[in-house]
Amino acid sequence: MFDLLRIRARMGAQTVAYPDGPARFPERFRGRPALDPARCPDGCRRCAEACPTDAIVDAGKASMGVDLGRCVFCPACAEACPEEAIRFTRDYRLSARTPAELVARDDVPVLARALDEKMRKLFGRSLRLRQVSAGGCNSCESELNAAGNIQFDLSRFGIQFVASPRHADGVVVTGPVSRNMRAALIDTWNATPAPRIVVAVGACACSGGPFRGSPAQCDGLPGVPEIPVDLWIAGCPPHPITVLDGLLRMLARVEGDRLEVVGTGIVK
Amino acid sequence: MANRVLEAWNGTAVNRRDVPLLPVGEFQQIVGDVVTAGGRVTTMFGSRSDAGDVVVVAALADDPEGKLGLLSTRVADAWPSLTPECPALQGFEREIWEQFGVRPEGHPWLKPLRFEATQAPRDATIPAAYPFFAMQGEEVHEVAVGPVHAGIIEPGHFRFQCHGEHVFHLEIVLGYQHRGMERLLEGGPDKRTIPLAESIAGDTAVGHMVAHVNAVESLAGCQPPPRALALRAIALELERLANHVGDLGMLAGDVGYLPTASYCGALRAEFLNALAELCGNRFGRGLVAPGGVRFDLAPEAAERLADRLHDAWERVQSAADLFFRSPSARNRTDGTGVVSREQALALGLVGPAARASGVARDVRRDHPTGMFRFRHIPAVTGESGDVFARGWVRLLEAERSAEFVVSELRHLPRGQVRIACGPPAPDRMVVSMIEGWRGEIAHVATTGEGGRFVRYKVKDPSFHNWMGLAMALRDEQISDFPLCNKSFNLSYCGHDL
Repeated sequence: MFDLLRIRARMGAQTVAYPDGPARFPERFRGRPALDPARCPDGCRRCAEACPTDAIVDAGKASMGVDLGRCVFCPACAEACPEEAIRFTRDYRLSARTPAELVARDDVPVLARALDEKMRKLFGRSLRLRQVSAGGCNSCESELNAAGNIQFDLSRFGIQFVASPRHADGVVVTGPVSRNMRAALIDTWNATPAPRIVVAVGACACSGGPFRGSPAQCDGLPGVPEIPVDLWIAGCPPHPITVLDGLLRMLARVEGDRLEVVGTGIVK
Repeated sequence: MANRVLEAWNGTAVNRRDVPLLPVGEFQQIVGDVVTAGGRVTTMFGSRSDAGDVVVVAALADDPEGKLGLLSTRVADAWPSLTPECPALQGFEREIWEQFGVRPEGHPWLKPLRFEATQAPRDATIPAAYPFFAMQGEEVHEVAVGPVHAGIIEPGHFRFQCHGEHVFHLEIVLGYQHRGMERLLEGGPDKRTIPLAESIAGDTAVGHMVAHVNAVESLAGCQPPPRALALRAIALELERLANHVGDLGMLAGDVGYLPTASYCGALRAEFLNALAELCGNRFGRGLVAPGGVRFDLAPEAAERLADRLHDAWERVQSAADLFFRSPSARNRTDGTGVVSREQALALGLVGPAARASGVARDVRRDHPTGMFRFRHIPAVTGESGDVFARGWVRLLEAERSAEFVVSELRHLPRGQVRIACGPPAPDRMVVSMIEGWRGEIAHVATTGEGGRFVRYKVKDPSFHNWMGLAMALRDEQISDFPLCNKSFNLSYCGHDL
């Protein structure tokens, strides 16, 4: 008993300061890429050629962008660029309500818009979600689990993962939607009472990720038109704070574009 | 036997035409003899030869000698099953059947392995199309769970044959996570290969990635610098630490012991965050590349990271102590889900699941590559083979990993971290094994005339260990399933590929 209390005291309070305080990220964390197409040499497409998931649109042109739904946040494009026209920032906010809004251009933040007032009224203070892994590699799943732990503590916002779609207000999907999981995913969505929301988490659910084109999967939720998606969260996998940011913005619990990120001071 | 089996080593490429092609009978005789004499089949897989017929390659492991033996045979549409004498081969034979239609005659458990698109009928759905083992009798009933589970976990289907709470048999149906991994890797290496290798099992991104680059580097004749090898080993052990610590928390959660569940859940992040310090991603993605690693650590940063991890480990120890010293928690773990040493050997279990049953098998010790050639980490074994032993072994080996990481960070070899790695040489074959946190990962890369992968075989440790979980549930209470499951914590996507 005394050991228990002693250890409890030693562990201290663990919950992160976000969203009231700054979010803490390591120096090398790769969040939203910032682009400066003015620096691109004429006709250079080296970033697009290096990108493993063809996430770069209009490479070398003024309209150049990175489709975050496809991006696996590897360092390949930044490494390939001779002019530093593409670099990764620590902006952890990587969610959008439509795939088109998930394309990052210049140095403009990608922020999810809120649901309409009726849906906010229904879910704003209590949102129960059922998670379905449909071909996910267990990193998105791990980060969703972490989002519920004592550090990120989803439940302080009234958001919770529940055991049955019957108890849920929505479905969170990870993975490229393997052929063998397609029917079970649609059944789960059908079992969730309306009105309901759908959240796609990770590059695979947004686009198929590195599996895009494989006949054993559906290229993510865009390949399952039966299920309409309300929120797309990019990342490979998205950091728990990225997941929190997407959900909280959708519920209008976090607003505005002020970004507060501090380093950990370990790798400077 | 010398010229009937090609001697090879972990991570050392051979000329693929040197692998002896034996008649089926002789091939099976050798494989069967090696397994019954206590040897091991690391992997056995089919591939389509240039002429269009199916060639099966086996990699036999001689753990005490640290050697591998390679042999192959050409098979038609059927061959006799070795599974009745060597149960460890059951999965390999089913896989070859599913991928290439080669029927193992006399296989006692010939059922779909992962419903691969190449073989399964287009309209087959799991579990509807699966031939379940069923029991009959008064009050015998079935419990079906999955593929969508209660928690945030990957999909799989579990079918229990029960009498009241008592489980007679658990059948595990997988395949929901099949994404076509091996097909996607064929034709590589290309720009997609790295993210694919990191996604074989996302919780083992470093383990699979190191297995992959070891294979590629040996095919290309590239020797990465020592500092890169040290950073890879650090990442590998951080991955082990994160998962072992997280799972200790999950075990505590499953028996309702909340202090350890909460602390370990949060402490797991210390090790994930250390990976993110190193390479920007909590799962180590983007760190490892052919020729070395993509990120270096300044001496002061390495020192700060070492201090931080040292402190984190002390906190893990105190959180784990609470759990292992709690009589009510131990009451649930001790004697639950026992896998005997005989069963573990017969099923060919690997990793902590094997070591908890007293089978001392560890690639880092038996077939070391990279930094593990120079720095040894003792293999930890248990005896009781129960949930307690699997938890305890994981705590003890995490402790060794923590010591290793802290000491390596303080004594990093000097020099560069990455050199250029050329293209793979043509017509080579390499078996590359790594001790991932779940056990032995094996990748076999085979290149064709142009130096491209004509076959890239992946084996996750879960491939062996799922049957161990099924055995652990025999004669247990169905309510102990979550606990037993978590004590193995196997990969669905690593199995399904």
